[in-house]
Amino acid sequence: MNTATIPNSLRTQPDECGHFGQFGGRYVAETLMPLILDLEREYKAAKADPAFKEEFDDLMKHFVGRPSPLYFAPRMTEHFRAIAAEQGKPENGAQIWFKREELNHTGAHKINNCIGQILLAIRMGKTKIIAETGAGQHGVATATVCARFGLPCTIFMGATDVARQQPNVFRMKLLGAEVVPVTSGAATLKDAMNEALRHWVAHVHDTFYIIGTAAGPHPYPELVRDFQSVIGKEARAQLLERTGRLPDLLIAAVGGGSNAIGLFHPFLDDTDVQMLGVEAGGHGLDKEHAASLTGGKPGILHGNKTYLLQDEDGQITEAHSISAGLDYPGIGPEHSWLHDIGRAKYLPITDDQAMEAFTLCCQLEGIIPALESAHALAALPEVAPKMGKDQIIIVNVSGRGDKDIFTVAEKLGVKL
Amino acid sequence: MTNRLSAAFSKGRPALVTFITGGDPTPDATPAILDALVAGGADVIELGMPFTDPMADGPAIQAANLRALAAGTRTADIFRIARDFRARHPEVPLVLMGYANPMVARGAEWFAAQCAEAGVDGIICVDIPSEEDPEIGPALRAHGISFIRLATPTTDTARLPAVVDGSSGFLYYVSVAGVTGKQQAAVDSIKEAVARIKSGTDLPIAVGFGVRTPEQAAAFAAHAEGVVVGSALVDLVAQHGADAAGPVRELTAALADAVHNAKALA
Repeated sequence: MNTATIPNSLRTQPDECGHFGQFGGRYVAETLMPLILDLEREYKAAKADPAFKEEFDDLMKHFVGRPSPLYFAPRMTEHFRAIAAEQGKPENGAQIWFKREELNHTGAHKINNCIGQILLAIRMGKTKIIAETGAGQHGVATATVCARFGLPCTIFMGATDVARQQPNVFRMKLLGAEVVPVTSGAATLKDAMNEALRHWVAHVHDTFYIIGTAAGPHPYPELVRDFQSVIGKEARAQLLERTGRLPDLLIAAVGGGSNAIGLFHPFLDDTDVQMLGVEAGGHGLDKEHAASLTGGKPGILHGNKTYLLQDEDGQITEAHSISAGLDYPGIGPEHSWLHDIGRAKYLPITDDQAMEAFTLCCQLEGIIPALESAHALAALPEVAPKMGKDQIIIVNVSGRGDKDIFTVAEKLGVKL
Repeated sequence: MTNRLSAAFSKGRPALVTFITGGDPTPDATPAILDALVAGGADVIELGMPFTDPMADGPAIQAANLRALAAGTRTADIFRIARDFRARHPEVPLVLMGYANPMVARGAEWFAAQCAEAGVDGIICVDIPSEEDPEIGPALRAHGISFIRLATPTTDTARLPAVVDGSSGFLYYVSVAGVTGKQQAAVDSIKEAVARIKSGTDLPIAVGFGVRTPEQAAAFAAHAEGVVVGSALVDLVAQHGADAAGPVRELTAALADAVHNAKALA
């Protein structure tokens, strides 16, 4: 651990060079460096500009449909109380609440960040937008804001993901975006990001790169977190209003980690609120997985220093998850820092555990979650039966699962 | 040790800097290809350290990285190749070029010590800009290894001092905003950029990215102390595999002739 001191507030990171402890930073080619510095200046100016916040809030309310509900999940709660009782602990079984990000326009939390970034792009006078996407949720959200603001949009997507996320590919095309399938490497999210960076470096003068997660070179991890923090700010106010208290535990899935950091960040200084990030354990930690914190070590990729899946030579190893949105060998740098200082805990969940939670949520709550969010839900059996009945868990249901029905059908052996 | 680099740029004519990816097509084939570069007349050798995610490279060098890794090339192979090269060619400067993660995986200090031990003169790291110098710069300088930085069309005059600070050997001017091996910059833009950079540093300037033919190399060399050629040579390795030494030597000889005589023609 390289964290000598822990600051008084955990909400003031990163430092001026973009470091969260030893993580983060600006590890980019020199060509991009001046643009990154411009973006940092412009973001500072935007944060200080009431008109920027006003436009952001207005779009959040009327275009995205915020605030998203905070929903008490009664049958999930009962389910785990029954399990606690079977385990001889009838006094146990936490109250389970869902932050309903899947009800946002475009079906996931991704749109929050895209609204913020496209407003920045316009402020900077950029006329073209690019983005990478894994599951396609960020691609769809980017294509959506590009249509809304009339900017041409190119989405880089691994060819493997193009094949397994056809509905989202079609949605992006309907929204007017060009989808470029990337065939290098395993043809998933990492490779899409490489290709987006290659395109960006050749088009820096007029192109803005809307990064989809709280990772990449500074100031992206900070600004993506800030735009996504609307999740945690709302959840905090909503729960206080409904119950008069703060939650005991927050749970969110972590790929790059934007929905998780968006939920966690407003609670970081609430010392009684525990946080659990759920990594994609794939086929298991001894096999192929995408659990960077649990199974990786610090390194440098895609502009930041963070935990990465890699071999002893520093070569990046392929990630695997049933969820295309979690299929990435790295994680946002703020999560690496929260992991190292112990403020948040991280737990790997396998494909099979996520599938069980997916089915359970469909059948008990009438909500089809995204496979990413199903990973967060899959942590509940580990924690809910061990907590008291008066304790409260908020799970971030970050996206809806319509896009995943083909993957799920295949996994269940159902022919559509 | 930087003496070899300064000597290469003090021959009273422009220098030819050549790049190939280490371990492409196999670690065993690389020494003969390096020897072909020297025999053809290259003044500085850049040996690429393969990486799984070469995000600043175009298709040719991307493919070379993947071929090298598929052939099982490890960091230890790169240092063995470098050490053997130094034994065969005591006077020819050798620079390792690559990405940050393989360089820092065992710690920057370990990496710099290995470089010194293997007779490597300098390092070019694509994704450690001057802002992140503490990651590797102090270790390299402590071991007398040149940290060769990149300047690009987006590096303005205000930024240049930061780029130059702590760098040595030469300055690599990336002539186009883009990836390796793709588009080519206009000669006029090179002339202007080199003049601008010259006002901020005494380091020799080598111009690269997109230089493929002797004609292009000569045109660039007329305005700089050196020209870097990579993708065109890597393409020959892709085409000829383990038999690439002959064709690599031929192209290098043509490039060297063009570059070395460029000032006289200009």
